[in-house]
Amino acid sequence: MLGEPIIREILGKALRASPADETEIVLEAHDSALTRFANNVIHQNVAEVNTEIAVRVVLGKRVGAAVTNRLTEEALGRAIEEAVALARLQPENPEFPGLPEPQPIEPVAAFDEAVAGATPEWRARAVGAVCRLAESMGVNAAGALSTGVYELAVANSKGVFAYHAGTETHFSTVVMSDDGSGYAHRAAWRLADLDVEALGRSAIERALRSRNPRPIEPGVYPVVLEPYAVEDILSWLGYAGAGALAVQEGRSWMNDRIGRPVMSPQITIWDDGRDPAGLPLPFDFEGVPRQRVIIVERGVPQGPVYDTVTAAREGRRSTGHALPRSRPQTASLGPIPLHLFMAPGEATIEEMVRQVDRGLYITRFWYTRLVHPRDCVLTGMTRDGVFWIEKGEIAYPVRNLRFTQGYVPALAGVRAVGKERWLISEGFGFTCVPALLLEAFTFTGVTEF
Amino acid sequence: MKEILERALNVAQLRGATYADVRLVHRIEQSLLVRNGVVQGISQIEDMGFGVRVIADGAWGFASSARLTLEEAERVADRAVQIARASALFKKEDVDIGPPVVQRGTYRTPVQIDPFTVPLEKKLEILLAADAAMRAVRGIAATEAEMVFIRERKTFASTEGSWIEQEIIESGCGIEATAVGPDEVQRRSYPNSVGRHQMTRGWEFIEECDLPGNAPRIAEEAVALLTADLCPETVTTVILGGSQVALQIHESCGHPIELDRVFGTEAAYAGTSFLTPEKLGTFRYGSEVVNITADATLPGGLGTFGWDDEGVPAQRVDIVKEGLFVGYMTSRETARQLLKLLGPSPYVTGLSNGTMRASGWNRIPLIRMTNVNLLPGTWRLEDLIADTDEGIFMDTNRSWSIDDKRLNFQFGCEIAWEIKGGKLTRMLKNPIYTGITPEFWRSCDAVCNADHWVIWGTPNCGKGQPSQLAHTGHGAAPARFRNVRVFSRK
Repeated sequence: MLGEPIIREILGKALRASPADETEIVLEAHDSALTRFANNVIHQNVAEVNTEIAVRVVLGKRVGAAVTNRLTEEALGRAIEEAVALARLQPENPEFPGLPEPQPIEPVAAFDEAVAGATPEWRARAVGAVCRLAESMGVNAAGALSTGVYELAVANSKGVFAYHAGTETHFSTVVMSDDGSGYAHRAAWRLADLDVEALGRSAIERALRSRNPRPIEPGVYPVVLEPYAVEDILSWLGYAGAGALAVQEGRSWMNDRIGRPVMSPQITIWDDGRDPAGLPLPFDFEGVPRQRVIIVERGVPQGPVYDTVTAAREGRRSTGHALPRSRPQTASLGPIPLHLFMAPGEATIEEMVRQVDRGLYITRFWYTRLVHPRDCVLTGMTRDGVFWIEKGEIAYPVRNLRFTQGYVPALAGVRAVGKERWLISEGFGFTCVPALLLEAFTFTGVTEF
Repeated sequence: MKEILERALNVAQLRGATYADVRLVHRIEQSLLVRNGVVQGISQIEDMGFGVRVIADGAWGFASSARLTLEEAERVADRAVQIARASALFKKEDVDIGPPVVQRGTYRTPVQIDPFTVPLEKKLEILLAADAAMRAVRGIAATEAEMVFIRERKTFASTEGSWIEQEIIESGCGIEATAVGPDEVQRRSYPNSVGRHQMTRGWEFIEECDLPGNAPRIAEEAVALLTADLCPETVTTVILGGSQVALQIHESCGHPIELDRVFGTEAAYAGTSFLTPEKLGTFRYGSEVVNITADATLPGGLGTFGWDDEGVPAQRVDIVKEGLFVGYMTSRETARQLLKLLGPSPYVTGLSNGTMRASGWNRIPLIRMTNVNLLPGTWRLEDLIADTDEGIFMDTNRSWSIDDKRLNFQFGCEIAWEIKGGKLTRMLKNPIYTGITPEFWRSCDAVCNADHWVIWGTPNCGKGQPSQLAHTGHGAAPARFRNVRVFSRK
């Protein structure tokens, strides 16, 4: 870990050395390790230390960027020179609003010494317990347990200096029986919040229970979705339309829906980078404090999240949702909510099942891809445990199905929302989500297992 | 830098590693993106570091760092051995990577014009011209034009005596035009979707793509799609354009022939494979016109190199021969596992066929597609369409999804045309086709000839934990498939 004083010194020195009108430097450092297992043994076990510094310089309305992972003064100086040279070549960007001004940023605690100090032996013993249990039950466990420390700092020549250090730990496992499988996953920033063995046990139970799946016909069914499946819905709503750029370009599911009741009143969604129930990160990649933004309130879309560019276009202030801007391809995505929460309801999963006469119980979705953006229509497969529900009880496992379904219309028919929420983070950002009971979900195909 | 590599190998051995390799990677990536007439960004990314992979106590360990000092080489090598010892706490048997592989040499991507010598002004001029040509078409709401250039220099050394230096150069480019109607969005891309087409070639590749020359056509098609008829729901004959065939190969052949997936080591993330070992040499994967290779020696392919990241030379391997499944992509370890499982045969040698690649210095190598190709057939595209009485021609991927054993797939394309009486007729929008992998490839009755064959680049293939994005190639030409279920979503 570099620590705030050293990072402040590195960034300050680089800012002073820059000849540009405005300069921004973003430093991301991490020291992380991951233990991977399959076939009930550890087969990959890795560790990494890296620091990346992204420089963005402004000459009038011309912007250039360069990135290096070398921390030497010479390498940093070269990155600034490259960014300046690139900026000089650019035509003016009349829309560029300038780098953000400093704003107060309240720190958020998200650092756990136990995660930072986790050793390869600790990770090995934790996953080893799952492997042993799987072996004893005659099933096959695969998965990964990671622990890591990360630091993010943003400084600019207008006086912004933002620093955050946090820890993260993630565990996921797929457990396979002959023709069934189960899944478990959780993320946390405190080691005490991650019960690896309990998660492994739940995946093993699911793998055993999903054996001998029966064929099923495609069709429209009521579904009980575990939080893993709801995570997919929330992530896609966030990625494919809850950012201001998508709305401004008319390709968001929010277009023509803001202020109109289009989902069930039981659905409320917000983004909050400061909530310690998630994986907090109190500012964005421009050093702007993250605001709590209500995206959907009681079924009514309220509006997207903003960065400085999209906010300036509408004469508003950024909500603190900028992605890293040093890579043009990332910058072109516009702002995206990465800390998504869905409001819990009152029901347990068992109560949801009891409400279903004939329908499906889904553990998770897999390989989901956007088919059409305006209704947020996705296609994907079910995976790791699908069950037929008959007269309020889980009757038997069924084979996996393919769905093609608009996520916005799916959330219009919500019969119940789970009261327990799980913190899930399998990519960039996280979701904190409950289970859902939906009136109708469209399955368009089946597979052979 | 040589001292850092040697120090890492020495320390790993001193700490008890029975095998170690080290890769030092220095990568420069230049990106240019124009969006709606504005230069969204030009960036240059430098990334450098080294990774040490060891076997100690019969198990794998890996550690890496961006700090290039001798002290760090010692610390990282030591950490890799510690991690391997932790892995060994829960092993069932010792890792077996077979006989030593000793390779020494250099490889450099052959390029006519080094893309890093071309002035940025020239690159921007092309992007801005293409962007302007798309925006000149009435009805276009958003445009994007991008180029990416990569130079990766890497040195591989192992305790078995290998010392290999490689320089891989990639060039990529693409344009996209988006038209927005009252309740829908239509997009056309060129040369390929999801950002760009990419090859291990130089600036000459960018010039051949002629982005400005193709910009008006794709913009007009995007606008025309808004008022086109929906693709009907039916079972019919489908002809896929070359880039869509490439995607079909990638998802339904390339991934299931990765032997690590077959052995379950990617089960928790990427999934497994329906191509289980007993099918090798006996399973009819496709029709007799289906011939597929994995070929890392193919000039220009995005999966072309001199040696893989285990120091195994690049190779050309038969995967499907006249429809029969005959080969996997292997590593040193999985090749041995397959030999133990099946015994020697014409399809099982126990030796790696050189497909292990890591996305950078901070990742371990995994089995990754090289260039997985559907070999050309005999048809001219015009003749193939003329030979088709009724069907749909679909082109350019828009969405892709496949189950975790790579059987049930559903792919959407950007555009389609109805085929009636051997002619392309009305344009169709939102085309989707779906199927089961072997049934689909067995229904392939025609592949176009070498004149239509392009080595498409996929620069975004995800696999592994921590995640890795690989760059893979797929030689493909348009091909015809019978009795395919097609439909659309509004």
